[in-house]
Amino acid sequence: MSDDARIAVRAAGVGKIFPAKAGDVVALTEVDLTVSAGEFVSLIGPSGCGKSTLLRLIADLDAATSGELEVFGKSAHQARIDQDYGIAFQQAGLLPWRTVAGNIELPLELHGMSRAARAARVAELAELVGLTDFVDRHPDQLSGGMQQRVAIARALAEQPRLLLMDEPFGALDEMTREYLQSELARIAADTGAAVVFVTHSIPEAVFLSDRVVVMSPRPGRITAILPTDLGERDEALRESPAYFERVTAVREALHGAPVERANER
Amino acid sequence: MTLDRTLRPGPAWVRVVAPIVVGVLILALWMLVVDVLRIAPRALPSPVAVVNEIVLHADIIGEDMAITATNALIGLAVGTIVAIVLAGLAAASRPIDGMLAPLVAAIAVIPIVAITPILNTMYGASSQFGRQSVAAIAAFVPIFVNVLRGLRQTDPVHRDLMRASAATGLQTFRALTLPAALPYLLTGLRIASSVAVIAALVAEYFGGPADGIGTAIATYAKSGRAALAFAYVAGGIAIGLALFLVTSLIERLVTRRTPV
Amino acid sequence: MRSKRSTAAIWGVLGVVAVLAIWELYKLLGPSEGLVVGAVDGQTGSGVMLLPRTNDRAMPHVWDMVARLFQSASGGNTPPLIVPVVTAALTTLGIAAAGWIIGVLVGALLGLVMQRWRLAEWGLLPWIVVSQTVPLIAFAPLVASIGTQIDRGGTPWPQWLSVAVIASYLAFFPVAVGVLRGLEAPDRIHLDLMRSYAVGYWPTLLRLRLPAAVPHLLPALRLAAANAVVGAVVAEVSIGMRGGIGRMLIQLAGQGSSDPAAPWGPTLGSIALGLVAAGSVALLGIGLKNYRRGEATA
Repeated sequence: MSDDARIAVRAAGVGKIFPAKAGDVVALTEVDLTVSAGEFVSLIGPSGCGKSTLLRLIADLDAATSGELEVFGKSAHQARIDQDYGIAFQQAGLLPWRTVAGNIELPLELHGMSRAARAARVAELAELVGLTDFVDRHPDQLSGGMQQRVAIARALAEQPRLLLMDEPFGALDEMTREYLQSELARIAADTGAAVVFVTHSIPEAVFLSDRVVVMSPRPGRITAILPTDLGERDEALRESPAYFERVTAVREALHGAPVERANER
Repeated sequence: MTLDRTLRPGPAWVRVVAPIVVGVLILALWMLVVDVLRIAPRALPSPVAVVNEIVLHADIIGEDMAITATNALIGLAVGTIVAIVLAGLAAASRPIDGMLAPLVAAIAVIPIVAITPILNTMYGASSQFGRQSVAAIAAFVPIFVNVLRGLRQTDPVHRDLMRASAATGLQTFRALTLPAALPYLLTGLRIASSVAVIAALVAEYFGGPADGIGTAIATYAKSGRAALAFAYVAGGIAIGLALFLVTSLIERLVTRRTPV
Repeated sequence: MRSKRSTAAIWGVLGVVAVLAIWELYKLLGPSEGLVVGAVDGQTGSGVMLLPRTNDRAMPHVWDMVARLFQSASGGNTPPLIVPVVTAALTTLGIAAAGWIIGVLVGALLGLVMQRWRLAEWGLLPWIVVSQTVPLIAFAPLVASIGTQIDRGGTPWPQWLSVAVIASYLAFFPVAVGVLRGLEAPDRIHLDLMRSYAVGYWPTLLRLRLPAAVPHLLPALRLAAANAVVGAVVAEVSIGMRGGIGRMLIQLAGQGSSDPAAPWGPTLGSIALGLVAAGSVALLGIGLKNYRRGEATA
């Protein structure tokens, strides 16, 4: 049991099949993956590779059709009931009729936290994501990047040991993305939460993660898992040769073939 | 309000059987109260008696159905034409839209049938025109609202495309505005059809010639011949359903080609 | 924003003035006995009248209509017509309000049940749609007689309550459909969020579905109010209830040949009635402003 506390997610032979009129769709097959506590793992791959499906299985928003999936040593279902994770989606998914504060405190309210305790926690979280001055605004008054920050704050509200994120920065411009990546790296390091992060962007995956899980479609499966072995995540990292090397490695793994580099021609 | 846009997906046979089961239950309850327990007031006839009357008087019920249905159809046609013209004007001209918007909003909430007695005075008590006008006004509102919405509907991307292709106003209208507005027109038509039938029917309670389904229902209900009154009600339902189904079918057939 | 609203108001007033102008213009230019097509000599009422009659008996002048309101209702010392009109209108308004409340409660309950259980939606919704094609008139005597039975049985059941119940029959439908649509409106992403919080049906209903339903509810409530008014007026006529505007409409229409402007009194009263009913519901919407953020034009 104590062993399991150090393992956030354990997937063994996990598969997911969606029945469809034109024949079953194998969204995932033979997925073996272990995410340790505090580890940052990215799932990357082209459309249809099953990365979002895998995330949804971990979140118990869908059920696996084969294999074993454990979150902190329990079934995914139990982990959801016990509220062991926080989740953020590609669209911020903020409730338009609630203020920023109202949105951040939603899970706290649902799970019975007192009003005073909620207010304190909301203030803490708003400061964490840099939105203290906006707590009384409504989502339609915020930019896309700010809405995503609210969503992240909400995901962190109950101090989860596991963060599940499905392309949260996908709809944002590059500069906002880079800024939020740095913020997320900092927050993850500070809170010590494990993160499973779905993305389309190779630089983003490499920058944020300890390991990058490369997937491919038809059927959805893991083709490679690459450690990044990069140190502290700061802005200088984005220009370092080690970083570029890892990006190339991931790109090659995605393409399944070595990639020609411009300075080697 | 489309039935299939509200109804959630499920196995097709359940979606058909479920309402049938509910219908049978309602019928059973009705028969139980009237024929078996005999606790119903005289105003509630037995379904058996109603069917009996339908069969016996099918011809005169049919005649009155024809009157009411004709009134509804004429009202629907006139209301549609006027609505399309005015919606076109409103879409093209801000001032006209400004004048029409509050008027249409007002017409939508007032009891139109209250105008029937006055219309009957204007047209004479032997004319069907009062009822047809009421049906027309009732049909006008949903069609106007929907067509206007449809005319304003176009995606800015499509408008830019037309402009970049140097299309004339008429070309843009034919290739873009009209096909975009058509599904909305048909939705409005479907809503307006049921509204027109009800309006034509209810208008009959407020005067005019002594024919039509509504007058018959009122007369027989008052004189205690409940089964016959309900037989006429069945006729009224038949007209309403027929028009609803026809317009729904047209809407479905046309919008299948245009993804909305 | 303020100037936009005042220009809208100005155009609105212009629209009403335009309608009145068209009325008077037609009266000036139109044929006195109307335009009849296909009439047969000697047969009154034959042929199709395309344009209405413009003589003062059939179409009173607009100013005559207004003036009549301030003349005595039935001659002698009776108060001006506007008094019984307003009284009757208020009576009907009250009954319509009662019918609206009943309709809203029943409709909301149906909507909730249909959203909760898909089977209920499949079974009930088609019948709810069909119910609106059944003319009210058939049920009026039925409801009235059940009402008198209840009344004789001991529980007081005044006549106006029967009218309210009949009016609620027209009011419940838009509410049922609006509630169903509204409760089903939330995005998949919000539903996933609630599921990830492991809360059950009731918190999801309270925190997500109901607030998300507000933009669908408000137009439905407005429509229900308008329908309740129509229902009340029609029910009054078919039950023969005194004191409401429905009966007044019929009564004064009967005197139309001798007193042509009089029927316009209750007619204008009913128009005002519908506007007030819809306006009151619109006021509800103001308090719920926050729940309508991000609402596309309803």
